[in-house]
Amino acid sequence: MSRHRDIRNMDFQDDYDGYDDVYGHSVDDDYYISPSNKQFIYNRDNSRDKNIQEEDEKEAELSDMDKAKLESCITQITEMLGSTLIPRNELVNVIMKFNYNTERSLNALLEQQNKEPERIEQVVAIPRTTIVPADTADKIVKVTAPQQNPLSVTKGFELPPARLDISKLQATSRSQSPASGRGTPVNQEVPDELKTTRRENKIDPDTQYKKERGEGKEHLYMVVIGHVDAGKSTLMGHLLCELGQVNQKVMHKYEQESKKLGKQSFMYAWVLDETGEERTRGITMDVGRFQFETKTKAVTLLDAPGHRDFIPNMISGAGQADVALMVVDATRGEFESGFDYGGQTREHALLVRSLGVSQLAVAINKLDTVSWSQERFDDIVKKLKVFLKQAGFRESDVTFVPCSGLTGQNLIEKPTENELLVWYNGPCLLETIDKFKSPQRPVSKPFRLSINDIFKGTGSAFCVSGRVETGALNVSDKVLVCPNRESAIVKSLSIEEASQLVVFAGDQATVTLSGIEMQNVSVGNILCDPIRPVQVATKFQARIVVFNVQVPITKGYSVVLHHQSLVEPAVITKLISQLNKSTGELEKKHPRFLGNNTSATIEIQVQRPIALELYSECKELGRVMLRQGGVTIAAGLITNITV
Amino acid sequence: MRLVDKSIDKEGEGSITLIPEEPEDMWHAYNLISEGDSVRSTTIRKVQSESATGSSTSNRVRTMLTITVENIDFDTQACMLRLKGRNIEENQYVKMGAYHTLDLELNRKFSLRKHEWDSVSLERVEISVDPTKSADVAAVIMQEGLAHVCLITSSMTLVRAKIDVTIPRKRKGFVQQHEKGLAKFYENVMQGILRHVNFDIVKCVLIGSPGFVRDQFFEYMFQMAVKLDNKVLLDNKSKFMLVHTSSGFKHSLKEVLQDPAVINKISETKAAGEVKALENFYTTLQCEPAKAFYGKKHVETANEAQAIETLLISDNLFRCKDVNLRKEYVNLVDSVRESGGDVKIFSSLHISGEQLEQLTGVAAILRFPMPELEDEDSEAEED
Ligand SMILES: Nc1nc2c(ncn2[C@@H]2O[C@H](COP(=O)(O)OP(=O)(O)O)[C@@H](O)[C@H]2O)c(=O)[nH]1
Ligand SMILES: [Mg+2]
Repeated sequence: MSRHRDIRNMDFQDDYDGYDDVYGHSVDDDYYISPSNKQFIYNRDNSRDKNIQEEDEKEAELSDMDKAKLESCITQITEMLGSTLIPRNELVNVIMKFNYNTERSLNALLEQQNKEPERIEQVVAIPRTTIVPADTADKIVKVTAPQQNPLSVTKGFELPPARLDISKLQATSRSQSPASGRGTPVNQEVPDELKTTRRENKIDPDTQYKKERGEGKEHLYMVVIGHVDAGKSTLMGHLLCELGQVNQKVMHKYEQESKKLGKQSFMYAWVLDETGEERTRGITMDVGRFQFETKTKAVTLLDAPGHRDFIPNMISGAGQADVALMVVDATRGEFESGFDYGGQTREHALLVRSLGVSQLAVAINKLDTVSWSQERFDDIVKKLKVFLKQAGFRESDVTFVPCSGLTGQNLIEKPTENELLVWYNGPCLLETIDKFKSPQRPVSKPFRLSINDIFKGTGSAFCVSGRVETGALNVSDKVLVCPNRESAIVKSLSIEEASQLVVFAGDQATVTLSGIEMQNVSVGNILCDPIRPVQVATKFQARIVVFNVQVPITKGYSVVLHHQSLVEPAVITKLISQLNKSTGELEKKHPRFLGNNTSATIEIQVQRPIALELYSECKELGRVMLRQGGVTIAAGLITNITV
Repeated sequence: MRLVDKSIDKEGEGSITLIPEEPEDMWHAYNLISEGDSVRSTTIRKVQSESATGSSTSNRVRTMLTITVENIDFDTQACMLRLKGRNIEENQYVKMGAYHTLDLELNRKFSLRKHEWDSVSLERVEISVDPTKSADVAAVIMQEGLAHVCLITSSMTLVRAKIDVTIPRKRKGFVQQHEKGLAKFYENVMQGILRHVNFDIVKCVLIGSPGFVRDQFFEYMFQMAVKLDNKVLLDNKSKFMLVHTSSGFKHSLKEVLQDPAVINKISETKAAGEVKALENFYTTLQCEPAKAFYGKKHVETANEAQAIETLLISDNLFRCKDVNLRKEYVNLVDSVRESGGDVKIFSSLHISGEQLEQLTGVAAILRFPMPELEDEDSEAEED
């Protein structure tokens, strides 16, 4: 493992050059997080591996104006085609060729499809629970997992050109209500012949991903953040309710029960707050998860606890998210107390940004309490804009939506409230969520999954779940559980209760393991590819940005280290060097202490080994957060691992 | 500790005889005894004897032995000191110069002879024989799935039980596994308390956690106590005190010891005093960095300028094998006191002592700023 030894001598800035392009134009010098620290807050959209899709380079060179045009074209086309049937880069190429003309691009695309008859053959409506062996000529096994995901309507097979009739297409995607798949029996066992074929032709993950996920709605993980009592659970509960995701009977039950407890205002929150403790206390304690769909996206919602004591849970929730929805309470006095120092609004925003989330929707909630005052809305937006820019969010990546979670105004439909209609004609919350850009998934990198939950499955088996950070995992693959380096076999895979044959980077997967004892696995462990495993160490160096701290950081400082789902006590053993915040240049060797808003390279030691990666090799596992006394004091990137 | 005898000459050479009476005293003994000292105490020795018929029997005999100490181990769980060294006094069962391990235990008298009893050692003896003891405190620091059951005496924090279990998260429709896991976890913590907390001695049990874990746990424990009619818990309910901490990791203990309500209840303990002193150091470092320094070199320079108002020093520096180095630290302590400064010797078994130890073991808050020190590269020595 000596291959990383040299990292100390490398020019740091080189590694992160790409990020300058992304943030260069959005960050000024007096910002909270300065340009040299932008790598702490990387943009998932742009983190794609260069060798995955070179075509993306073209996109990167576009001006903002052209980018906007491009996006709108893509949106229109995907809307017309029901879902993205065509890989994004192909789309981009065509659109650029036709100079952002949607009509002509669309025609060209349709024609192109016509010219590929061999693609069409395999298609036709396939019964949901069958496995479709692919065209043997290309030796690629193509699988339609039995009812993989209720959301991915056209997954696993291509549509015949004949059906590329827009109205029909939309009908198909519509007719598939998300709930309809739930009752379908799930095929747990993998047919034997499939297992063998799979092993014989180890499939290129990129190809596999395209085949499996190229169609259907894009999957998006969204974390909901904001100060405690901002109305996050209520807002999302109501949204789910309106979308028909919550059974009428259940909702009625919640209404009755919450009334009995004298907590009727929490009836929608109960949809997400499921433990008795959460309901009686009226606050969210752990991350709640739910699914719903927008026009183009299948969204998994992570309802994060807002209370400062539960921020560790929030961090693991945000670590799994692609985008964030921030809820702020517009009630007079409440916005202020949530936003001021000590309120969670700021810390949450900084946290999600440091964890790699770059797109943000802000729901200005409870506007019913201020009679839908435009003045109030504008005032809050103004304050938030300044702060969010400082926190490293691009202005174009942040959208503000006025709404009320309790009354349901502007959630899934245009507002009906006259007071709001007077001044607002923008998108509703659901439309805003739909407009999020789905990130590229690093599927061809070595497989890594950070274990977030461990529980008993049916029978003697046990399951682990968490986000697949990179790579892909197939049923019956061998995996290594690190840091213990114990191997196990993947017995089955599922996403949201639906069984799968393969899962990819970005998925929240549940993995049933065999060949390993349940007590030998803990939350925060990394499941990885045994041939290209993660590193394991007790000591590493990180380049950190210090947030607002009450007392300075010195060596010997005890902190709580957050690394993906891992929460572990650690000690800062060395302050190696203090760096200039804006240039990243060395300012001082062995500083005595680190104060507010400084940047530095430090050495961190944990008591027992942990699994981790260099940021330069794997961004997902190369980031750490340091907390102390319930406050986040720094975010860092792993730059050197002592093995 | 009971002082039985003390005979030290003008040069500081001599011996002191002590009887450790409580676990804490073993920690004092550990800090008093250095390599090269000689210790006299009774020990059990196995003696092989051969009978006339040729069969051998082994007997245990009690004998008084004096050794020069070469190695010291402190067993925090058994509260026992294990001294290894060569026998230096003629003995019926043990040859001169032979290696022997002396175990020092509670209530076993021992005499310690040093070539030089310095101020730090004598002060330690004084503290250890002081009969006015602060209350013993138990603390349970917990978060979901993790708990530390600790005992805090005046100079020791001992983790008696660590409960670390995986609790399945709440998942849609599968809340039971979560709640079951939680109940089991609470059960384990409760057993930990029952096993390790002696309510005859302990005056106060602090339960610290983030969120509602402490309340939930407390509720669970007393529900169970009522159900099982557990007199010990029911009779001592008033000794429990619930406080907020940010996590269940051991270092959160310092948050407990800073809680005003706790300080009120347990009065100023050494542990709490040390937490406060270290916090003062950090506050000074934040507000007036030129008045707070750490590391031997900086602190010594500040001392030469008679600038030290408070010296924070870890007791592990006095346990170092290098006699000269120990002397340097003793001189530092003496000199700071001579110039009117306050010296706080931190117990390395307390939470803030652990942190000070990581921070080179020695730190100082100054009376006046010494910005010139800041430019000096203090840590060049390391790496
Ligand atoms: N008036 C009004 N009250 C709301 C609204 N949304 C939430 N609340 C109330 O705010 C309180 C906290 O809501 P909850 O969803 O638990 O907040 P969370 O802590 O952010 O999840 C509850 O009493 C809700 O009924 C809203 O849009 N308008
Ligand atoms: Mg909530």
